[in-house]
Parts: sequence; structure tokens; C-alpha cells
Amino acid sequence: MIKVENLCKNFGAKIAVNDVSFNVEKGEVLGFLGPNGSGKSTTMRIIMGYYPPTSGRVSVGGFDVSDHPIEAKRLVGYLPESAPGYADMTVHGFLSFAAELRGLNGAGKKAAIERVVEMCFLQNVVHQTIDTLSKGYKHRTCLAQSLIHDPQVLIMDEPTDGLDPNQKHEVRNLIRRMAPEKAIIFSTHILEEVEEACTRVIIIDRGRMVASGTPAELKARSPSGKLDEVFRAITLPDTVKAA
Amino acid sequence: MSAWHNIKTIMKRELGGYFTSPIAYVFLIIFLLLTGFFTFTIGNFFERGEASLVSFFTWHPWLYLFLVPAVGMRLWSEERRLGTMELLLTMPVTPWQAIIGKFLASWLFLALALALTFPVWITVNWLGAPDNGIILSGYVGSLLLAGSYLAISSMTSAMTRNQVISFILSVVICLFLILAGYTPVTDLLIKFAKPVVVDIVASFSVMTHFEGFQRGVMDLRDFAFFASVIGFALFTTSVIIRSQRAG
Repeated sequence: MIKVENLCKNFGAKIAVNDVSFNVEKGEVLGFLGPNGSGKSTTMRIIMGYYPPTSGRVSVGGFDVSDHPIEAKRLVGYLPESAPGYADMTVHGFLSFAAELRGLNGAGKKAAIERVVEMCFLQNVVHQTIDTLSKGYKHRTCLAQSLIHDPQVLIMDEPTDGLDPNQKHEVRNLIRRMAPEKAIIFSTHILEEVEEACTRVIIIDRGRMVASGTPAELKARSPSGKLDEVFRAITLPDTVKAA
Repeated sequence: MSAWHNIKTIMKRELGGYFTSPIAYVFLIIFLLLTGFFTFTIGNFFERGEASLVSFFTWHPWLYLFLVPAVGMRLWSEERRLGTMELLLTMPVTPWQAIIGKFLASWLFLALALALTFPVWITVNWLGAPDNGIILSGYVGSLLLAGSYLAISSMTSAMTRNQVISFILSVVICLFLILAGYTPVTDLLIKFAKPVVVDIVASFSVMTHFEGFQRGVMDLRDFAFFASVIGFALFTTSVIIRSQRAG
């Protein structure tokens, strides 16, 4: 569903993404790991067509993101990193806006809103404005927005950031439940999350793909079988060198 | 999922945003108070002894100078500050649909403010027999003037996430568009430059093109001027939005 080929992105002289390639098919959950500022968000924004790539190609569901952005975006639900929302809108108004932009109207829209409100546990705050929500609720409202059209592809930038442990658990369950039907990419700093929810992992460091495989394969690289040691072994020496 | 459907959805949300916050009410009240004050007190509406809205329309370029950028400054800076711009532009909409939807929403809001000045029109019809064709032409010109300032505010708003900077920049640009054709300035210019040059400078001014509307002359060239300002400013908005993402 998602095909990324030799993707590069420069911001001025800074190389943010350097020759990244991968595919994600339906039923796969790809975990994006990497230190802060390693290029995870930039890669996701390019897949969403928000940043144009400097070179390389991205296609979603067979549609090239640069040439057919609208067709590609229709297939995708996206949760941006900071989980933004219009502060003065109610949760219901915001979801209704997202649904209409996704082409849902009338009964279809109503059913879609009810479905995501239930999925993301927003029943108690439906009529509250977004600026009065706690961080966890705000995050889940934005997550609900990304699911409103039941997309075939889901891209989530740190979906569990700012959630309490119970909410984190729920979101991971949600990802696992949706996994068989969708192609999912999510980024995270939390290594247990990868083990729990992903079928495949990519580790990115300073714009480059430094490792890729199933969680089990990556764990096998370390004598102790712990993912965080593998992560450190791969990304730390570079960070130290850079410093 | 037509283009118009997307524009309408974005427009509805934007317009709703004005009315769910106090902005709409504060703006409408201030606008109506100020138009009343300028028309009747400063403009000597009653002492003029003529049934026209000259003293009403003549203040609009100056009144809009501060009020329109106040409406337009949040258009894009707010989206950037909240991060919703990323959300909006990763929806299946084109940047153009978003730009036009947002612009039309705020223009519609200004049209509402302008429509609420109807008591002035009733007053002048009550007191005398004005030429309502001239008044209609004045309203059309005023709306186009507001649209031009607004498109400029949309442009400056796309430049920064800071609404204050956006406001000041658009006031300065709009002020230039006024002064280039403001009589005291052209009188000064004529001492240094050839009349042709002064005319060219003045032809960039909203004053020159708004004047005809106030006299009841709806000239195609004046329409073309305001349409070009709006078109140019919105096009620049799209370029700015694109370049910010290109890195």
C-alpha cells in the first residue's frame, strides 16, 4: 500500500532524510524508531504530501503522492505529531468538519462520528471545546479524526505521546485490532510499544535507515535479547561521535 | 467530493470560528460604532444638507485600514500556531481550496458587517430622496475594497505565525495602497515628478479606484483593479504556503 523509494529531503544544507526506502502492505504494522530529530516526522510528512521530497518517490495505494496528491490523501488517515485541533471547536464539530472534508455527509457522517467517538473513548467530551480538553483527550480527538473515514492506510506520529499508561494500552490495542485490515505506520520512542504492536521495525538515525526487520530479528542482534540495547548499540555511537 | 464542496466546508468552519469566539461581536460593534461616528460626527452628515452617503463611504478606506487586517490576521497565522495547517493540508483538499474557502469566509463576514450599516441607508432615505443607484455602487465598491485589504491580510498572515506581525505588515501595505492616490500625497508628488508618473503611481491606489464607485460610476477598469489585487494577493498566499513546506 505504501511504497517509499530512495527518499531524500534537505532543508537548506541540512539533510533530514537520506535515501530511505521501504514498503508497507495491508496487514502490516511498521514501527518507526529513532532518536529525536532523526527524520521520523519528516518522512511521515513527505508520505502525507505535506513536504515535497527533494528526491525519491512515494506512492500510496498506487497513487504517486507528488502527482496525484488528492487521490493518495483520500486513502490515508493521519495523526500529526502535536495532535493539533481547532481550539474553539467542539469535539463533535471538529470531527464533523473532518468527516465532511473526507466526503461523508448525512447519515454516513453521523455513523462515522459515533464510531470514532466510541473507538477513542470520547463520549464524555463530545460537546466540549478542544481548548478545554486535557492532553490525553486532545490527542485522542485528533486520533479519532484520522480514523473517521475508516482509511486503508494509517500514519501516526507518536500516537501514544502524552497519554497515561491506561490510554497507551488502549491505543496499542486499537492499533493491533485494526492491523489486519490496514497498512499502518507509527513512530514512537517507546520500545515496548514496538514489541507489542509492530510486525516490522525500522530504525532511523540522522536521516538514514540503520536497521530494519521484525522485532524478534532485531532483538536477536543483542546477546541479552533486549530491544533497547540494540537501539542504543545502533544509534548511540553515532550520537557520541557527532557530539 | 467536488472542489466547491471542500471550499464550502472550509468556509463554514472558518465562519463558525468567528462566531464561537468573541471576535465577531467585538468587531461588529466597533465597526458599527465607528462608521456611525465618522459618518455623522466627523463627516457632518446633517450639516451637508444633501441626501447622499458621501460622508459614509468616504471614510471606508481609512476605517478598513485597521479593521480588515484585524479580521484577516488570524487566517493563516492561527493555523500555523495551532499546527492545524498540517492537518488541513494533509486532508484531501488542494491548498487553493483552503485559501479560497478561508478568504470567502472572512469576506462574507465583512459583507455582513457592511450590511448591518443599513440604518444609515434608511436614515438618508427617510430624510430625503437620494440616488439609490449611487448608494448601491458605493456599497459594491466598499465590498471590493474590503476584499482587497483582506486578500493582503491573508498574504501577510501566511508569512508568520505571529498575528501582531501579520497585522502590522498588512496595515502598512494597505496604507501604501491608500497613500499612492491620496490627494495630499499626489499634490506633493506633482511638485517633483511628471504628471504621467504621478498618474501611474496613483493608478495603484485603492483611492483612485474607489472614487468612481462613490460617484455611482461602476467602471469595468475599477472592477479589474480590485479583482487583480485580490487575485495577486491570494496567489502570493499560495506561493508562501508552498514555499514554507518546500524547505
